[in-house]
Amino acid sequence: MAEAISTLPSPSPAPGSGRVTKTDETPRYNRAWIGRLFIYATLIAMAAAYLMPLWVMVTTSLKPLEEIYGGSFIGFPQNFTLDAWRVAWSQACIGTECTGLKPYFVNSLLIVIPAVVLSTGIGAINGYILTKWRFPGANLVFGLLLFGCFLPYQAILIPMARTLSLIGLAGSIPGLILVHVSYGICFTTLFFRNYFVTLPDDLTKAALVDGAGFFRIFWSIILPTSIPIIVVSCIWQFTQIWNDFLFGVSFTSGAHSPITVALNNIVNVTTGRKQYNIDMAAAMIAGIPTLLVYIVAGRYFVRGLTAGAVKG
Amino acid sequence: MSTLEIDRVRKSYGSLEVLKEVSISIDTGDFLVLLGPSGCGKSTLLNMIAGLETISGGEIRIAGRVVNDLSPKDRDIAMVFQSYALYPTMTVSQNIQFGMKIRGVPKAERAKAVQAAADMLQITHLLERKPSQLSGGQRQRVAMGRAIVRQPRLFLFDEPLSNLDAKLRVDMRTEIKRLHARLGTTIVYVTHDQIEAMTLATRVAVMKGGVVQQLDEPQTVYDRPANVYVARFVGSPSMNVIPGTLRVEGDKVMAVIEVQNRPPATISGIGLSRDAAARYAGRPVLVGIRPELFSVANGQPGTITVDIDVVEPTGPDTLAVFQLGGVEVTARLPPKQVEAGTATMLAVDTSKLVLFDPATENLIK
Repeated sequence: MAEAISTLPSPSPAPGSGRVTKTDETPRYNRAWIGRLFIYATLIAMAAAYLMPLWVMVTTSLKPLEEIYGGSFIGFPQNFTLDAWRVAWSQACIGTECTGLKPYFVNSLLIVIPAVVLSTGIGAINGYILTKWRFPGANLVFGLLLFGCFLPYQAILIPMARTLSLIGLAGSIPGLILVHVSYGICFTTLFFRNYFVTLPDDLTKAALVDGAGFFRIFWSIILPTSIPIIVVSCIWQFTQIWNDFLFGVSFTSGAHSPITVALNNIVNVTTGRKQYNIDMAAAMIAGIPTLLVYIVAGRYFVRGLTAGAVKG
Repeated sequence: MSTLEIDRVRKSYGSLEVLKEVSISIDTGDFLVLLGPSGCGKSTLLNMIAGLETISGGEIRIAGRVVNDLSPKDRDIAMVFQSYALYPTMTVSQNIQFGMKIRGVPKAERAKAVQAAADMLQITHLLERKPSQLSGGQRQRVAMGRAIVRQPRLFLFDEPLSNLDAKLRVDMRTEIKRLHARLGTTIVYVTHDQIEAMTLATRVAVMKGGVVQQLDEPQTVYDRPANVYVARFVGSPSMNVIPGTLRVEGDKVMAVIEVQNRPPATISGIGLSRDAAARYAGRPVLVGIRPELFSVANGQPGTITVDIDVVEPTGPDTLAVFQLGGVEVTARLPPKQVEAGTATMLAVDTSKLVLFDPATENLIK
C-alpha cells in the first residue's frame, strides 16, 4: 500500500517532461507539414497545366458554336449541349459523305483488333522460339528483328505500297492490318523475348520429360505465366495502331480509312466557320478507346514493364 | 539385369569435348550418384540420359533399348530438377498430373495416382496450392511427386537438394533414401556434395574433366580411392596425401616421412602386394591417410611424434593440424586429448592406409 502511494507523485512530473519533448518536436513536425504542402502544391499545379488542353476540349465540345465565337474559350459552358458530339458521331461530313465518325470508328476497330491479336500472337511465338527453342543464328535473327524497331515509318512507305499492290491488298482494310502486323512484330517479339528469357529453362525441360510438345508447352505452361507481358504488348500495339495516321492515310482511302484519317478530314476540310465544338468532340471520340485501354489495363502495363527487373 | 548402360558416350560442343568416352553400367534398383565439381560434365551426362541433350558419340541403353534418338517422353524416365521446375500457374495437383494428362490417362485414374503420391510424400494438404505458396522443401516434394506418378524405369535427379538450407537438406536426403527403399526404382542422381554421394548411393561415379575417375560402391571409393583426386574429393576433412619413401625389409613394408626439426617418422606394417612392394621399394610414394586413422599413442610401437600447430574442436571430436612430410596434415582425434603448441605422439591405423604413385597419382595396388 505504502509503495502504491509512493508511486503516485511520480506521474505528476511526467506531463512536464512530456511537454518538453512536445515543444522539442513541434518545429520538426511543422517543417514536415510545410514540405508536404509544397509537394502537393507543385503536383497539383503540374497536373492542372497538363490537364488544361483536356479541359478546353471537354468544355468546348459541350458549347454551342455561338457561345464559342461570342465568349471565352476556357470558361464553363453556359448553354450545355451534346449536339456537337451527336454531329461528330453520325452527321459530320467527311469528304462528300456526311456519315460522321461512326463508320470510320468501326473501320479502326476492324483494323486494330485483328492486328493487335495477330502481332501479339506472332510476337509471343517468336519470343518463345528465340528463348526456349534456340537454333543456330537465333541471336542474329533477334538482332535483325530488333533493327526493325528503329526503322522510321517513312522508310517503308514506298516498298510497302508496292508489296500491297502486288498481292492485291492495296487500299483495303486487310492490307492495313498486314502493314501493322509486320511493323508491330519487331516490338512484340522484343517484349516477349525479354520476358521469356527470365523463365527458367528447366520449366521447358520438365515439360518435355512430361511428354509435352512445342505447342503444348507454349499453351499450357509459357502463356499462362505471361499475362503481364501480353497486356503490355496489347496496350502498346493498340495505341500504336489506333493512333496511326501515316499508314492509314497512305494505304487506305475513302470508306476504308481509319478514324484518324477521318478526324483529319473533319478538322481540316470545312466550309464556312470552323466548327470548334464538333472538332473537339470528334477528337475526343477518336481518343477515348486508347484512354479506356489505359484505365482498364494500366496497372498491368506498369507491372509488365517492370517484370523481370526485380526477382520474385 | 542392367537398367542403364552408358557405352563409350561422348559429348562435344564444337571442338570442346566435355565428355570423353564415359562408360557406366548399373543394375535394376541401383542408386547411381554422379559426383564431381561443377563443370565436370555430370549434369550434361544426366541431360543426355534424359534426352535433353544430344549424344555426340557412343550409346545409351535403358532396359536394353538404345535411346540415343528417342525423345525424353519415350525413354521411360522421370526427372527432378534443381530449381524444382514446377509449372507456376498450375496447382500442386495439376503439376503432378500434367504428364498423365498429356498421355491421356483417364481423370479418375489420375486422381488416384495423385492421391497415392501425395500420401507417400505427405503433401495431401497442399494439393490445391500454387507453387509460389510453398516452401523450398514442399516444392521439392511436389517435384518428386510429379516424378513418382510417372512410374518410370529410371529416376533422374539433378542436384535436387542444392537449393535447400542445411537442415532441410539432411531431412530430404533421408526422404529420398526412404523413397528409393520403398519404390526400388533405379536412380541416377547428380551432386557435387560428397556426403550426399556417400549416404545415398549404391554406386558412385566420381567425375573430373569429362572422365569417370572411379566407379565403385561408396565405401570402396572412400577406402580405396582410385587416385589422389578421388581421395581428396571424397571425405571431409579430406584425406591427407603425404610425400614419403617406401622401404621394404623382408616381408615388412614401411613408409618413411620427413618431419620438420625431428628425425624422420617411420610408419610400419603397411599391407602391400609382394609385387608392388618390389616395384616401389626405395622409391618415393604418396602416403594417403584419412584423418580418423590417427590416434593418440599410449606407448605402442610404430608411433610418430609431431608438433601440433592448430586444434579445432568440432564437438564430437577435435581436428588437430600439424606438419608432416612438408605438407599440412589433419588428424581427427577424440576431444581434449591434444593441445596446440605441444609435441604429441600419434599412432596410425595402417590397415586402411593407401599409397599412390607420385608420377601418375594412381593408387598402388
